[in-house]
Amino acid sequence: MSTPVSAVQAGYLLMRRDLRLALRRPGEWLQPMVFFLVVISLFPLASTPELSRLRDMAPAALWVAALLSSLLALELLFREDGQDGTLEQLAVSGLPLAWLLLAKTCVHWLLTGLPLVLVGPLAATALGAPYASMPGVLAVLLLGSVALSLIGAVGAGLTLGLRRGGVLLALLVLPLAVPVLIYGGRATALAIALEPMTAPMDLLAAIAVLSATLAPLAAAAAVRISLE
Amino acid sequence: MFSATNLHLWRGDLHVLRGLSFSVTAGYCLQVTGINGAGKSTLLRALCGLLPLEEGVVNWRGNDTSRDRHAFHAELAWLGHGTALKGDLSAAENLRYSAGLRRTLSAAEIGHALASVGFAAGDQRLARQMSAGQQRRVALARVLLLECALWILDEPTANLDSHGQAVFGQLLHAHLQRGGLAIVATHQALAIPGERLQELELT
Repeated sequence: MSTPVSAVQAGYLLMRRDLRLALRRPGEWLQPMVFFLVVISLFPLASTPELSRLRDMAPAALWVAALLSSLLALELLFREDGQDGTLEQLAVSGLPLAWLLLAKTCVHWLLTGLPLVLVGPLAATALGAPYASMPGVLAVLLLGSVALSLIGAVGAGLTLGLRRGGVLLALLVLPLAVPVLIYGGRATALAIALEPMTAPMDLLAAIAVLSATLAPLAAAAAVRISLE
Repeated sequence: MFSATNLHLWRGDLHVLRGLSFSVTAGYCLQVTGINGAGKSTLLRALCGLLPLEEGVVNWRGNDTSRDRHAFHAELAWLGHGTALKGDLSAAENLRYSAGLRRTLSAAEIGHALASVGFAAGDQRLARQMSAGQQRRVALARVLLLECALWILDEPTANLDSHGQAVFGQLLHAHLQRGGLAIVATHQALAIPGERLQELELT
């Protein structure tokens, strides 16, 4: 028999594959970030260009845009692998499926979550937030986007077999994402006001850790059900 | 070595598997036949553990496969309707990132497997530029590379030309001669000696 591959190596290889695929189709992965910026740029147009009033709206704008764009991106997470039989192969590979899906979700976050984290503080300053608030906004978005990607993976797994799962995916994921929205919004508001943001950040970190441990298991169960 | 006892499975209102039992020993191939909709794919997916059985036991090497799924899957090469190929990767890359998840592969091994299904060395075409039959050949190369004792293949010769079918027959025969075991659902005659063949007709 040949040398078997450890689960860690397998996860690493899967990440490399997904990254390589994404590099060959950059347009697909840039869409969520463009969408995020478009939604944010609509707020001054719809309300007022007055910075002092936009500043109050900035946390809400950032988080609604981040949530919607992460929902948009979720469609890309498992859809293609489900259709072409890759997930089926992973499910019978003898490797822990939850681990492999976590690897896929990590790449998904790198490609769709991380760009939001990076442009988010810039978008916040465009809405009137002070420059000093940029590190705080970045930290909140970092924790929040990780949690959103992980929570979303469960919904993406459940709606895998459905042809038009977009709306259902939103209905499944949004209630689970509401805590992220609440604490993320609060922490962002505190960051923009340059006040200490420990309390909502702690809760956000707890949500991120909880979803990192539980969401892959739930996603694996969901994918197995969808493959039936 | 592989046996199924009293399998029952419902799909909605349809009782697809009705108390099916069979066993296959090492070195033999079980050919599953039956009209369209007879439940061939359902049976194969249930044997793999992708579909939960309502009743019945699937044994591999004397162990219930639902008990230790990982050990069973580690010895299983499954090929379903989907070829699990990524359109934006070449044949060799596809194999490296799919079969490579399960065992360490050298570039030479991948090249050899591709050559045995009729691919020229250094073929850099992306999977989406290949015909359906060529994609099927790459998927068969993956089955080879996994070096598993048990093959469960659903319509492996779909889209293959006559040369491809002959190649598949040779590969299957070699697998059986090594003491492997195969369960294949297909309508076409398999190009392997009759004494290695068992047949199961689903109705």
